[in-house]
Amino acid sequence: MDVLGGLLVVAGAAFLLLGGLGLVRMPDVFNRIQAGTKATTLGTLLSLAGFAGLQPDWTLKLFLIGLFVLFTNPLSSQVLARAAHRAGAEESPLTTVDVLNDEQGK
Amino acid sequence: MRSFALLFLTLFLFWVLLNGSLAPDVLVVGAAAALIIAALFPKALSALTDLRPTPRALLTAVAYVFYFLKELIKSNLAVAAIVLSPNLPVNPGIVKVRTKLKSQMGRMLLANSITLTPGTLTVELAGEWLYIHWVTVDAPDIDHATASIVAGFERYLEVMYG
Amino acid sequence: MAELLINLAAMITGVAFLLALWRFFAGPADADRVVAFDVLTIIGITGIVFVAFLEGRGIYLDVALVYALLSFLGVIAVARYLERGL
Repeated sequence: MDVLGGLLVVAGAAFLLLGGLGLVRMPDVFNRIQAGTKATTLGTLLSLAGFAGLQPDWTLKLFLIGLFVLFTNPLSSQVLARAAHRAGAEESPLTTVDVLNDEQGK
Repeated sequence: MRSFALLFLTLFLFWVLLNGSLAPDVLVVGAAAALIIAALFPKALSALTDLRPTPRALLTAVAYVFYFLKELIKSNLAVAAIVLSPNLPVNPGIVKVRTKLKSQMGRMLLANSITLTPGTLTVELAGEWLYIHWVTVDAPDIDHATASIVAGFERYLEVMYG
Repeated sequence: MAELLINLAAMITGVAFLLALWRFFAGPADADRVVAFDVLTIIGITGIVFVAFLEGRGIYLDVALVYALLSFLGVIAVARYLERGL
């Protein structure tokens, strides 16, 4: 059980690392939000699950933290994406289509 | 009244879980706090407010959680593959999709789910229209984008919220 | 064995934190910094749980929960500010 928990924590940390890497590598703010918030959500959930395996007494509280992260992360990334778009954030030249800009006549 | 009761129950349940105990004083304080908050914000949304009270909706909600977790893992593997590949194969864009869902909570859950799944991020919500940032756009028109981004979740949410 | 794995995970998380920190300082736009801040706080939550585990103090989990709540509100507030400008 301990080893399984430890492995889960390592896997979670690996996803956190991927999130950080995506944040550095992605070309514009929207892609950074995608890479940054998604990978870190799964990373956090996996780590919390791992800690629950290592420390079964904490399961309930870890579950609550996980639930909270699962609900708030997509919300904050959506609000951020909307704010960035409304503030006219620069899009990567790779961007193929932006219906929202077209409709607003930008 | 229904939303008041559900908000009260949600808050109270959260309080009990947070305390991890069923001692009488904990329950009394929690009930009082939940009662005050629910009375102050009678219109606050709770994930249960619009959930249909049928067994089928509840079963679908459970199935939805598993579907969602599966999509979440797929999403992360997809993003991981992109981030790790040396030439960064992205093809980003913002597309428009339409939802059949009518309820506020259903739409919010849909937007949230879309945000956590493969390469998609909800940028703007306007009534039945959602504007989605997509890391790898492979179908820019509304019908195709709706089919590949929205349809999977909508199947479940439609039963749960309508 | 488990201890070794936890130490390894803590190191990986540290590197993730540094990468996000780099984006926070590099920007270039305000929105990029806010995204980096958001990611830093999420990594921070896991970081607090690491400390809770290594020190064996369950009370730190409440710290992590409150921290998650506050950072969420913080990001929402800053996003609002970005949207409307000064």
